[in-house]
This record gives sequence, C-alpha cells and structure tokens, in this order.
Amino acid sequence: MTSPNPAAKRSFAQRISGERIVLALAAPVLAVVLSVAICSVLLATSGKNPFDAWNVMITYATKSDGQVLILNRATTYYLAAAAAAFGFRMNLFNIGVEGQYKVAALFAAFVGAQVDLPAFIQIPLLLVTAMLIGGLYASIAGLLKVYRGVSEVISTIMLNAISVSIVGLLLVPGVFAPKASSTSNSIQTDPVSDSSHFFSIPTAGGDLWGFLFIAVLVGVLFQFTLTRTRFGFDLRATGRSESAATASGVNVKKMVVISMVVSGAIAGLIGLPELLQNSYSYGQSFQPGLGFLGISIALLGRNSPIGMAFAALLFSFLDSTGSQLPLKGGFPFEIVAVMQGTIVICVVVAYELVRRYGLKRQQQKVGAQLAAQAAATEKKEVSA
Amino acid sequence: MRRSMKLAAVVLSGSLGMASLAACGAKSTDTNASSGSSSDALKVGMAYDIGGRGDQSFNDSAARGLDKAKADLGVNVTEAEAKTGEAEADKETRLKNLIDGGYKTIVAVGFVYQQAVDKVAKDNPNVKFAIIDSNDKDQPSNVTSLLFAEQEGSYLAGVAAANKSKAHHIGFIGGVQSELIKKFEAGYKAGAKSVDPNIQIETTYLTTPPDFSGFNSPDKGKEAAQGQLDKGADVIYSAAGSSGNGAIEAVATAGKWAIGVDSDQASQPALAKFKNNILTSMVKNVDNAVYAYIDSVKKNTPFTGIKLFDLKANGVSLATTGGKIDDIQDKLKAASDAITSGATTIPTAPTS
Repeated sequence: MTSPNPAAKRSFAQRISGERIVLALAAPVLAVVLSVAICSVLLATSGKNPFDAWNVMITYATKSDGQVLILNRATTYYLAAAAAAFGFRMNLFNIGVEGQYKVAALFAAFVGAQVDLPAFIQIPLLLVTAMLIGGLYASIAGLLKVYRGVSEVISTIMLNAISVSIVGLLLVPGVFAPKASSTSNSIQTDPVSDSSHFFSIPTAGGDLWGFLFIAVLVGVLFQFTLTRTRFGFDLRATGRSESAATASGVNVKKMVVISMVVSGAIAGLIGLPELLQNSYSYGQSFQPGLGFLGISIALLGRNSPIGMAFAALLFSFLDSTGSQLPLKGGFPFEIVAVMQGTIVICVVVAYELVRRYGLKRQQQKVGAQLAAQAAATEKKEVSA
Repeated sequence: MRRSMKLAAVVLSGSLGMASLAACGAKSTDTNASSGSSSDALKVGMAYDIGGRGDQSFNDSAARGLDKAKADLGVNVTEAEAKTGEAEADKETRLKNLIDGGYKTIVAVGFVYQQAVDKVAKDNPNVKFAIIDSNDKDQPSNVTSLLFAEQEGSYLAGVAAANKSKAHHIGFIGGVQSELIKKFEAGYKAGAKSVDPNIQIETTYLTTPPDFSGFNSPDKGKEAAQGQLDKGADVIYSAAGSSGNGAIEAVATAGKWAIGVDSDQASQPALAKFKNNILTSMVKNVDNAVYAYIDSVKKNTPFTGIKLFDLKANGVSLATTGGKIDDIQDKLKAASDAITSGATTIPTAPTS
C-alpha cells in the first residue's frame, strides 16, 4: 500500500499475486467451513444426522429446477448487495436499502398497472421509475446528512420504518389497490400490463429470469464506475479519508448526496425481478428483509462485484435448498438462518485473521529480503 | 476498460454456464415421481402460515382439524410451515414439494398463500387445493376458499358486551387494520348498537398493513387496552392474535371484562390466571372447516368455489366456558336466530 518505489511495488505484487489470491479466498472459505462445522454440531446435538441434511441441500442444487431457483433468487440478492456496497465503498452506511426498495417497487407496480405502452418503452419506463423513486427516497437521508449533519445510519433506519407506513397508506383499496368487490383479505395492486413482463429463458427446470442480465450489467457498471472514472476515484478517496479528499479538491457534500442517490437507485431495482417476472403485482406479502440481506451479502463479498456474486449465489443456495430440509427428513429450516448468521460473523473474524497473517507474511518477506541484501553487501565488503 | 470488459465476459459466461447446466440437468421431481401411490389412503398436505403448529391460535385450530381428519377419516397427512420474510418462490416450492410427495389434496392456511396457490393450482389441475380466509376472483376451479362469517360471531360478541357493560361504554382492539379485522369491528359495533343504540365504542388498531406486527405484540395490545380502560370502557373485545393476550392481561388487572378471539381463550393454559375476567370468546372454527373439506374430498364430493362457514354452519360461535354469559343466553339465542333465519344482515365493513 505505502511502497515508496512504484517499480519495486509492481514486481513485489507480481511475485505474490498467487499468494494474494489464496489469502483473499481464505477468509470466506474459512468462514463457510466454520459455520458448516457449527451447524453440524447443532444438528448432531438435536439428534439429526448433519450429513443427511447437507446431502438434501446439495442434491437439490444439482437438479435443474433447484438451479433455476438459486439463480433467480441470486439475481435479487445481488442487486440488494450492490445497492448496499455502493454506499459502503465511500463509508456511507446506507441501512435504508430495505425501505428504498419497498417504496420503489410499490410505485413501479402502480405505474406498470396504469400505463400500457409497447414493451420497449414500458420496461425502461418501469426501471427508471423504480430507480428514480429509490434514489429520491435515499436522497432524503443524503440531504439530511449534508445540510443538517444527521448520521445516515439513524436517518435511514427511521426512513425504513416510515416506508412501511407509506406502503400501508397507499396500498389500500381505492388508492393503489383496486377497489375490492369481494372481501378478499389479500390486498395487492392491479397486475402490471402484459407489456411490462420481462423476458425469461425457458429451461427444463423452469423459467430463468432475464433480470439476471440486468444484475450482471449492474455489476459491470459498478466496477467500471468505481475503477475507471473520476467519480469512482473521488468516491473511493472520500471513503478512505474525507479530509484528504477535501484537500485534493473533492466536493465531499456533493459526493455524499450523489452516492446516496445511486445507492438508492440500485436499491429501487431489487423488487423488480419479482414484480416483472413472477408475481406481476405488489401485495401486502411482498418479500420483506431483502435490504438487510443485501448488507450481509455485501459484507461477505467485501463490496467487490465478483465477491458479491459468489456471496449472493451462496446465500441463494442456502435459502433455496434450505426450504427442502423440513419436508425431506424433518430438519428444522432455522438451521439455514443459523448458518447465514454464523457465516457473516465468521467472515468478519476470518478477514481480520487473514489480514493479520498476510501482514505478518509481508513483514517476514521484506525482513528476509533486507537481511539478504545486507548479507550481500557485507560479503562484498569482506571480499573487497 | 479492458479489465472491465474481461470482467463482464467472465461473469456472463459463468452465469450462462450455470444456466445451461440448469437447462439440461434432471429435475428434482424426476426421482420421486413413483413415490406417490404407495397406499390407497387419501394424502393431505397442509401448509401453515408463519407460526405453524403451536401458535395457540389460528394455525393450531387448523391443525386440530387435520388431526381429527387423521384420526377419524384415516387420511395420510404431512405438514410444512412458512418462515418470516420468505420469498413468494418459497411458498410455491413448498406447495410443489407437497405435490411431489404424492399429496394431491392441499390445505393452505392463511391469505398469504393466495398467489402461490393460484399459480401452482393452474399448473396442477388434478390437485385439489383449499385456502383458508382468502378468495380471488380469478382463482382456478380446483381451488376452494374456506371463508368464515366473522362479522356474525362478532355481532353476538357485541350483543354480549352491550348487555354486560355497566358504563354503556365498550372497546374494540384490532391487531392489524386489514379487511379481515374490519369485518370483526363491523359485526361487533352492529351487535352492540342493536342492544343499546347510544352506546359509546372505542376503536383502536395496533398497526396498519404491511406491518403485521400488530398480531403478535402483547405489549401494544396491553397499552391499547389500558388507554380504552382509562377512557371508561368496561368490556373490551380484542381481535388481535397474540396481542390480545396483553389486552386481556390489562383488562383483567383492572377487573373489567375481556372478550377473546379465534380460540376459546378462557380455557387456554397461558391465560388461565385471567380466566375469571374473560367474558367469552368469539371462536372461529377453522378446525371444523378443515375437517369438513377433507371429508368432502374423501367422499368424492369436494367443495368448490367459495365455501362460507357462518353461524348456521357452526363456522363461528361464542364460547361458554366459565358460564359468564349464561344469564343472557336467551338474548344471544334471539340474536343468533335472527341471523340464521336471515332477518338480520350484518355489515362486513365498519360504517364510520
């Protein structure tokens, strides 16, 4: 990081690149292994055979319908992680992803039901609506932070609570939901128009959501923006040190608001795969909790687009295959929640352990190099 | 730029690779397709709402119906329950798993299953579904809705409350301001006003949807009941799931009357110490409905469309545990006769 000589740094990096990859992988692998061990012990103490449980999960993941479910769910999880990670990259803790996606999906569902344009206009319209609403909702927290110094953690948590009330206020018969003639207890918006349905790829295991491509696109744009643009550089600089960024001419206030809005805009997309590919309406039982799940996944994936993809797949694997456990062998499905929790805790510990180990290795290497250099010069002196 | 292109290529080819795997792999349902017809007994699968068996209320009532069917009708049963914050896909998978296991009669407990049932029923026309507490105008013909006339039972609760109130002031606590709970409120108010047109009625809802915590927050129930007691109400009816336990506690501590809901709450062990203050309970006989449905399928004359369990069909009733409403039994009988004969019709939505 702080190597004074760029040439030396590059050769050093080249030499240990293999080791660096191993170190980067070590932490998540360690965390997963640890949590599998903890859950195995838990299952064994409750009188169940843990290997049977893992077998049920892995068998399901090798089947085509299981794989389609895992990929579809990972699409949603990845978007949630990307939304959280964008803020995290500049030390902006957007805890409000949860509220942003709910409000955004509700409005997108409403617009989708009211407007019926050809698909090539309709779908971008809904994407933009969701991103706009998500961004606007997040901007409240950004503006409060910039102009009033309110911690974004506090304001976004409060905005999450408010979002529930906003949905409660709007999702009633006669406002966003159709006036019910019957006394049905399940309240939802009118279904979105047929032109709003996003394409999907039919496979032997069911429909694979085309939104997967949007998720991949978000990942690529995420990486491109952060590493290849001036905005991304400013963002990372602000994340590392706000005062240094200010000194080098970055408008930190503007950065805070923009990052918050972008994070919220990505959050706006979270509810859309479900809305445009599966349920086609926003109901009272629309899946809650994705925002918080996104934070865990971003943490596990170290806020990097590739890392988060693996983390999203892992969590999606656990959730999808875990739902098989109660029916195929009477295992408690809570074991999946325990596993996700232990993975997140273990990964934090493991990253720290691996970081310290890496640092120690680096120091030893540098020490050995210096010793070798010293020995060489000494030899020269002796021979001279 | 080059690196991000490379990145895109890797991610895309990776996900497509997995997708193509998915496209040609075997389905998880392929292997156990033969396990369906091992015995001749009717196989009934039940999918519970959050809480499942052991929630002391709604799900437990459905479970009692299933147990009775198992004992009396000799059906083969299996159960699965929902978890909090699950995706729509989880509900669909749960129903599909039951079907894959050979369970061709499925009871879904709670309105949260409506969309999943609609979808899975469409793909499996030979499977019979029942859904409790919900109906949809375009549900497939193999889905039967089991609905209850909560307003009729609540009407009787209102009659009892108005007869027992000394202050001419009663209260209603709803867990969540949903269409379902509004039916309870409407019936209760209509019943009370039929006895005493000038009665004062307090109304409190704990939460509004999509916040469903009002059904399991005893603290909120207690606070709301305390508020109504302070205003002078002396009979309080709470239709609020386990939040009602808090309301009953507050009412019992003040020495006033509480009216329970869903199950006969005076006979529940958890509420035993307050049973002297539980006037009655508006019991919703989900167990009767579940049993009747399974029986109808077994006899090959399955219910279709919407099946309403009202006062006449013993879908709702007032509990008499403790004998606290014995003295007004004749008045309740008169009101109940008026409902079953059709002389009184009860609103399903509050007027004010």
